[in-house]
Amino acid sequence: MWFSLLVLIPLTAVLVQASAGGWSAYWDALTSPQTLAALRLTVGQAVLVTAVNVIMGTAIAWVLVRDQFRGKQLLEVVIDIPFALPTIVAGLVLLSLYGPSSPLGVNWANTRVAVFLAFLFVTLPFIVRTVQPVLLELEHEVEEAAASLGANRLTTFRLVILPSLAPAITSGAALSFCRAISEYGSLVLLSGNLPYSTEVASVRIMSSIEGDKLTEAAAVASILLVVALIVIVVLDLISRRVARYA
Amino acid sequence: MHDTTAHRVTRWALRLIVIGYLLFLVIWPVALVAAKTFANGLAPVIDALRQPEVIFAFQLTLSAAFWAVVINTIFGVGISVLLVRYTFPGRRALNAMVDLPLSVSPVVVGLALVLVYNGRTGWLGQGLEQAGLQVIYAPPGIIMATAFVSLPLVIREVVPVLQEIGTEQEQAARSLGASGLQTFARITLPAIKWGLLYGVVLSLARSLGEFGAVKIVSGGVAMRTQTATLLVEERYQQFGIVNSITAYTAAFILALIAVVALIIITSLRPGRGTSE
Amino acid sequence: MSIKIAGVGKRFGDFIALEDIDLDIATGELTALLGPSGGGKSTLLRIIAGLEVADSGSVEIEGVDATGLPAQKRNVGFVFQHYAAFRHLTVAGNVGFGLKIRKRPRKEIAARVNELLELVHLSQFADRLPAQLSGGQRQRMALARALAIEPTVLLLDEPFGALDANVRKELRAWLRRLHDEVHVTTVFVTHDQEEALDVADRIVVINQGRIEQVGPPDELYDHPTSEFVMSFLGPVTTLDGNLVRPHDLVIETHPFGDAFPGRIERFNRVGFEVRLDVRLIQDDVAPPVLVTLTRADATAKALEIGLSVWIAPVAGASQVRITTPVAPTADDLDVSSPASVPEPTFT
Repeated sequence: MWFSLLVLIPLTAVLVQASAGGWSAYWDALTSPQTLAALRLTVGQAVLVTAVNVIMGTAIAWVLVRDQFRGKQLLEVVIDIPFALPTIVAGLVLLSLYGPSSPLGVNWANTRVAVFLAFLFVTLPFIVRTVQPVLLELEHEVEEAAASLGANRLTTFRLVILPSLAPAITSGAALSFCRAISEYGSLVLLSGNLPYSTEVASVRIMSSIEGDKLTEAAAVASILLVVALIVIVVLDLISRRVARYA
Repeated sequence: MHDTTAHRVTRWALRLIVIGYLLFLVIWPVALVAAKTFANGLAPVIDALRQPEVIFAFQLTLSAAFWAVVINTIFGVGISVLLVRYTFPGRRALNAMVDLPLSVSPVVVGLALVLVYNGRTGWLGQGLEQAGLQVIYAPPGIIMATAFVSLPLVIREVVPVLQEIGTEQEQAARSLGASGLQTFARITLPAIKWGLLYGVVLSLARSLGEFGAVKIVSGGVAMRTQTATLLVEERYQQFGIVNSITAYTAAFILALIAVVALIIITSLRPGRGTSE
Repeated sequence: MSIKIAGVGKRFGDFIALEDIDLDIATGELTALLGPSGGGKSTLLRIIAGLEVADSGSVEIEGVDATGLPAQKRNVGFVFQHYAAFRHLTVAGNVGFGLKIRKRPRKEIAARVNELLELVHLSQFADRLPAQLSGGQRQRMALARALAIEPTVLLLDEPFGALDANVRKELRAWLRRLHDEVHVTTVFVTHDQEEALDVADRIVVINQGRIEQVGPPDELYDHPTSEFVMSFLGPVTTLDGNLVRPHDLVIETHPFGDAFPGRIERFNRVGFEVRLDVRLIQDDVAPPVLVTLTRADATAKALEIGLSVWIAPVAGASQVRITTPVAPTADDLDVSSPASVPEPTFT
């Protein structure tokens, strides 16, 4: 009903606009070297960041659930900051530590590292928050059973805990990937948006819009939309599969 | 369990790695922004806040966020109830689509809205313009963009609560003679109030911070359609200490609101904690 | 001796879970740790397994000092009340887990898993997930899993507690038969005295962190050494300052010997037995005495409410002198509040 007005119509418009120039125009827009470079950078960094998040996200969730120390509650708030912070502010935030006049003496503004950092920042909460509830729910006795059968901590983690966490990690990874390829605001100030080197897909779309090349913009946007759709479908499949175990 | 040295070492190592990671990724950078804002003392900050553009930008952001949240609350609760309490063909699809705005780039959102609602070539925009309602490059567009990106937040908080409380209470109310509306107002709403509050605060934080979609949809004209986030971008890219301080000040205020919202949320949710 | 426990103590904060426990369990025996909830029996079992660490004392398993060993090095099989199944593995995967991490060759694992699944009658479920099994089946799988590693000792923590009454009885008999076949030293924890009496070779009664009595079921039932053991293992009633079993009381409608006179206050038929509340003439304040007898007997003696009767313990009936002010009656077999637990005494 009202929802479709708000959501569906504009999104279909993008697809329609993308096809406005016909198939060849669509293909041209997508395969222009600048666009390809942007897409490659976006997807490449997103995959890298997702891999890091799988490890760090699980580690953070583990510490939050299994460990006890003063100030742990603070960490809970810290983890959600990237989620609640406006993206442009995120850019400023990262610039202050990793850009010019950084107290660390590094200057990664306008480099690929900046793209990596920005993605890492905004995707921080996702895997943590999907893994945390599952970790909380894990039966303590199952780990004891594994121990009584002769498994040490590492083996127990590998063969018993990790498989139980796998669906949560996967869905978190999917969300993280989607979020990364969509990121825009933090990169505006941080990456310099240099074509072929630090320009990501969303920035490419923006510059196409500003250049009034709406069809071109829509073409690239359609790719991002397709990826998002695939991710949502995958998430749904995973959650259905997990229901089998419960 | 035997607490061997290996256990203890692993625990400390993990602790250090995690805290270190968070320190370098979030804590220190955010602290630095605060430091830079007040680097020259409190006076420049106050001056920055007094600028008419800044005041306008924040007013616009706050009112747009307000309306967006109102829209999202009403529609969000409605859609949640629809998804949980009723079955109809296409329910799975609707469920999946609710998550869509969260997974889509804000730039794409902005593009989509412009294509549909802009006055010259938009599908709906032409008609609306003739009726006197300008959407793009005007506040209504900003409200729409903001509402779009934060709608799922309310729904995703309310749906699990609705599922958990079940229909028994509502059925009991009906059996005692309450109408649909009464049941909703007196039984359902109070039951979901914490989940709803949580979702509303999340939605508000998100709305205040929206940048990409708003940039496309609003045109960013100072004193007319420039929101706080757009202001930060503009001022940072301009030269001069005053502009720099202004950018940092606005960013600091926005960050502060976000953190306060988070603290409120975290204290509302005692359940999210630890085992052992 | 298969398991030697000496001087074991354990406290959780201020709460003393176990105090100075000395216990020997013979190889191949099926032993029950029996007692009320919170009495310490589960803690003791977990200490034997290595899942808890005792504050004091030592645990020796088959001559090896296991006190400092973690669970994974003790080669004990443990079965949990709620199965603790590995949800993401099939039944076969669960059973073979212990062997897999010991890096046995695949064929050996498969053969052993098949053997065990046949033993527990789960062969046709080998490729199912635990979620697709019933509670009783999951517990059988858990047992097979524990046995797969050829444990020195098999430990079960209230293994049938989560199951329906019928399934419980079935699995109880089944455990007994399994033990007769496999002969591994087995210790299981239960709060159900019927279960312990039915299955175990020896019963260890544990209450409030201490061992009350150890012995074969008959000995504990017929010759309890304390009020607690007597009232926990079976129905009791009070007569003349002693605890006595309601079915050990002779009831006649005429005086005899030293019998106590009274009047039948309640007459209840429950299944095959008849339960009578007899109010003694001499004592109006104390609760009535419970007498149970078969229907046939009750009919033969023409018993009914209001009748004057005489009761006395049968010759050789086990009795325990009551030394605490509040005597447990047949109504509170399960000891719940510390105040009402009598001190162990000997008659």
